Amino acid sequence: MNFWIVQALNGLQLSMLLFLLSIGLTVIFGLMHFVNLAHGALYALGAYVGVSAFALTGMYWGAFLLAPIAVALAGVVLYLGLIRRMRKAGPMNQVLVTFGLIFVLLDITRIIWGDLALSIPEPQLFTGRSEVLGVAYPTYRLFIIGLGLTVMAGLWLLLSRTQIGAMIRAGVDNDQMAACLGINVERLFFIVFCIGCALAGLAGAVAAPVLSVTPSMGTQLLIPVLIVVVIGGLGSLKGAIAGSLLVGFIQTFGAVLAPQLASVAIYALLAAVLIFRPAGLFPAKA
Amino acid sequence: MLEIDDLHTGYGETQVIYGLNLRASAGRVLAILGRNGAGKTTTMKAIMGLLPATRGSIRIEGKDIAGERTFDIARRGIAYVPETRDIFPSLTVKENLQLATRLAPANAEWTLERVLDFFPNLSRRLSNGGNELSGGEQQMLSIARALLMNPRLLLLDEPTEGLAPIIVRQIHEKLSELKAAGMTMVLVEQNFGFATELADDVHVIGRGETVWKGSSADIVADKAVQKKWLGV
Repeated sequence: MNFWIVQALNGLQLSMLLFLLSIGLTVIFGLMHFVNLAHGALYALGAYVGVSAFALTGMYWGAFLLAPIAVALAGVVLYLGLIRRMRKAGPMNQVLVTFGLIFVLLDITRIIWGDLALSIPEPQLFTGRSEVLGVAYPTYRLFIIGLGLTVMAGLWLLLSRTQIGAMIRAGVDNDQMAACLGINVERLFFIVFCIGCALAGLAGAVAAPVLSVTPSMGTQLLIPVLIVVVIGGLGSLKGAIAGSLLVGFIQTFGAVLAPQLASVAIYALLAAVLIFRPAGLFPAKA
Repeated sequence: MLEIDDLHTGYGETQVIYGLNLRASAGRVLAILGRNGAGKTTTMKAIMGLLPATRGSIRIEGKDIAGERTFDIARRGIAYVPETRDIFPSLTVKENLQLATRLAPANAEWTLERVLDFFPNLSRRLSNGGNELSGGEQQMLSIARALLMNPRLLLLDEPTEGLAPIIVRQIHEKLSELKAAGMTMVLVEQNFGFATELADDVHVIGRGETVWKGSSADIVADKAVQKKWLGV
């Protein structure tokens, strides 16, 4: 019994990291049909900035705060320097440019922080273990789960209850009609892009104490995140939540129950979804 | 109000409009008639900046808006009811309407309340999703949304397409009320009777340019023009 609870919590924790990364990507996809493969590299950047911020401030919370801000700023630079010019270049060119960007960012992190695996210690507030459902589970991992749920709730409120949320949904539904109502969809896209970058940076900083910080951590997570986006359906919060949970749990339980099948499992799921629900489980566009 | 001169536009490489001229006067209704594929919807999209004008000018009260971005054109007070109605399916009826009130000044002529008085059917559907409406309700919502932009020029693309006769009559009444209140409208329509009853002026588009201009009464009387350009 304990085994199942621990693995379920592990699955939930991975799902939350996947969610923090996929939500930005999927809304950007849905709103502007823009494919940003460098999103995973921004997550790695967040982890590295976190390492430096920890070294600088001596506090975990320094990393927690500064990583999203720094990565959002990197997003502003990327947007103004590159992405804005690529908006009408078509998906193939966007994929090529952002694919190239992965390597640029990878090498920048190598040059600045080196090749060795780094890490951040857990915050003192969340060290040790806590009792959950009769099992002792690392408190910091519980914090990751709680943070993921909080961000989910916050984004749900933002998208469903605020005017800017309605504007984003309208833009995902039909960007031309949204513009006909006087909405500056490009600026909306810029705001969403920056929020997505900040969340990727946050995910990096939050993952740093549990995973080792290496240059390749972004590319390792990029494929599962893209699978989450495709399974969930482009542009929808519900899709990102459902996709993250599915992929997180299948990866976690696959790795312990059927290690030889684990690496195939999420691709099998992806294939099944593409055959039976080609638009994903909860596509934003009906 | 709206003056288009020598407009050239189209979809990417495919040019549809070759040197179109158009005049819509303030307080009047202009109907644009023409066969399928003549370029009527293309002209509407070009006015909204959804298609680029490769040549020519589109002036609103003397100001050239060709090349401006769509949301800037919308903010100049041009509201668009597209052929496909384009209700946002992920938004409720109320949210669809509220999106258009966002930029309204405090003393706006059209408010949510007034629009719901104008289309009482919509007030019962406020919490419904945009994808849960009948064709007629979608059309009313699309017009209501355009009115909430408090436009000085209302563009309507095929407002009666695919609707039951009783709904067509309702829409006709509503648009007549708007006309009586002095709203300037440009109407694209396949329904010849509907268009000529509502409009003061008529332009006929054929092969991407304006081939006939006159009054509604003129075209109703001129069977030769109807036969040649409309196939009525």
